[in-house]
Amino acid sequence: MAQLLQHLINGLAAGTIYALVALGYTMVYGVLKLINFAHGDVMMVGVYMGYATAFALGRQTQKTFLGVVLIFLVAMGGCALLGFLIERFAYRPLREKPRLTALITAIGISFALSYGFQLDIGFLPGAAPRAFPEIIQPTEWLVIGDRDVVVWNWQVMSLLIAVGLMVGLQWLVFKTRFGRAMRAVSYDHRVAALMGIPTDRVIAVTFMIGSGLAAGAGLLYAIKDTSVSPLMGLYVGLKAFVAAVIGGIGHVPGAVVGALLLGLVEEFVVGYAASTWRDAVAFGILILVLLVKPGGLFGRVAAEKV
Amino acid sequence: METSSVPTPSPGGLPPALRGILPVLIAVPVLLLFDRLLASAPFATYLLSIMGVNVILAVSLNIVNGMTGQFSIGHAGFMAVGAYVAGVLSLSFKETALSFLPVAASDQVFLVVALLAGGAAAALCGFLVGLPSLRLRGDYLAIVTLGFGEIIRVVVQNTDAFGRALGLSGIPQTSSLAMVGFWVFLVVLVARRIAYSSHGRSLWAIREDEVAAEAMGVDTTGYKVRAFVVSAFFAGIAGGLFAHFVPIINPGSFTFVKSMEIVVMVVLGGLGSTTGAIVAAVFLTLLPEALRSAFTVMGAEGSLAQKVDQIRMPVYGLLLVALMLLRPQGLFGMKEIWEVLPRWLPRRRKGLA
Repeated sequence: MAQLLQHLINGLAAGTIYALVALGYTMVYGVLKLINFAHGDVMMVGVYMGYATAFALGRQTQKTFLGVVLIFLVAMGGCALLGFLIERFAYRPLREKPRLTALITAIGISFALSYGFQLDIGFLPGAAPRAFPEIIQPTEWLVIGDRDVVVWNWQVMSLLIAVGLMVGLQWLVFKTRFGRAMRAVSYDHRVAALMGIPTDRVIAVTFMIGSGLAAGAGLLYAIKDTSVSPLMGLYVGLKAFVAAVIGGIGHVPGAVVGALLLGLVEEFVVGYAASTWRDAVAFGILILVLLVKPGGLFGRVAAEKV
Repeated sequence: METSSVPTPSPGGLPPALRGILPVLIAVPVLLLFDRLLASAPFATYLLSIMGVNVILAVSLNIVNGMTGQFSIGHAGFMAVGAYVAGVLSLSFKETALSFLPVAASDQVFLVVALLAGGAAAALCGFLVGLPSLRLRGDYLAIVTLGFGEIIRVVVQNTDAFGRALGLSGIPQTSSLAMVGFWVFLVVLVARRIAYSSHGRSLWAIREDEVAAEAMGVDTTGYKVRAFVVSAFFAGIAGGLFAHFVPIINPGSFTFVKSMEIVVMVVLGGLGSTTGAIVAAVFLTLLPEALRSAFTVMGAEGSLAQKVDQIRMPVYGLLLVALMLLRPQGLFGMKEIWEVLPRWLPRRRKGLA
């Protein structure tokens, strides 16, 4: 029983991190109808930015509250800028081209980032994973019985951050002027432009928000894993994408529910079956979902407009 | 994309039945000759074999990514299925020989059986993966194929029969240049025949506009799945061939990197151009080798030669982005080489002479 509870907690904690990444996928897909393949790799770049900032701050300052806030701000801001640049120079010129070109570009950027960061030329870090500094001292937040169930402080933190951001996003999308513009662009960006909505700006800001979220999620992941490597973006990004599809891509609460589900399933597979099968589970679920309910749990399969 | 450039068979002087097999009739003796000439040059044989495998992979991927306009990025997964199935079969038949044939001929029979089994297994996987994802929009296919490659890797790493992470070694090295060349010609022939058949017309229609194709009565899901199965079959064959001329196969040979390499070949050659895929595959196989030898000859930067492999991958990514921004149709677009470079074929006739 205690074991089950522990797996439940670990799974939820892992799921919240996937959720933050999945939110970025789902937002960009909602606005552009483009699967931003490079999303996970932008996250990876953000983690390296945080890593560099932590080192610049030094061993003492990086653990203070201000230090942690600064690390998160630098990583999220840097990623927002990176997302803006990618959108501006790679996706925007292709917006009116066939969808396939944008998809190929996204795959190309993802590949260039994840393998570019494996070089050890100049500032690039090289292929070997590095230990991520413990910027948040892991402490036991709640202990039940004789350490039967342990809840760590970072688990609570990431759950709170994820739920907070989800509520914030719902508010942004449904209660603000900008959110209304986003929904209009999502519905039909040409007509939205005719109605005086600055579509380019809306899309750029959406990209920046998504990329910033990814950086935050990446830092939480790195704190949990205590390591950072160039390929982390590919794997976390793929799983987050699977989570977004489970929930129905383009659907904000759906992404969170899908991510929590995926986190739980992975944790149970590791706990009760074999840990080596973990990476195959996500894709097995993806194929199953596409086969049974292609729109995901909450989404609908929209007929293509001609 | 301009619809006018869908390929049309150019009228040739040969009867249609002969035109189909003529390339094979020419190719087999030429290949046997090559095989004999290069018997004393193992590295050249190896390089040509790799090139042949890459050509098979690129041409088969082009059937899905180019002709049908879907986007699969897990071709290495099918290659892995073919390689492992064929490899395990060959390992278990290692000590057996057909008594009524000479040893060399019996080896070749077993090789072909193993290759076909590998290809069939890959085709089955292609069917299983393609059926759910091809019913949806193309981007899902990209992710599902990528995930499929990962599943294959995990399955191989957890199966004792496949040697886990260590891989398989000791597979009989029965592949030859003639065998690789034969499959290269077969895949090119199949790709060309598909492109010019009514089947191919349906694929082009799906590529140009899926909704319109469906409205015209094209069974889009059926054609997409069939294209996918054919493509996966040849990827499996390529994997099987690969397993029979490299000393060891392990999961590291069939990663996402390999899939991307094939995608870059197809995109560079021009989505839909069979000859483009061939030219790009040959070019991208030789380029790293050429750079490596060039750096080694220069001598001064010994580490640079080793870095070629590392630098190759980010360059592929940037190449994709640059191609999409500057020349999305690749080298040849949807055309074939003799349409792009007509001056190279002066006997092309115009109208009624």
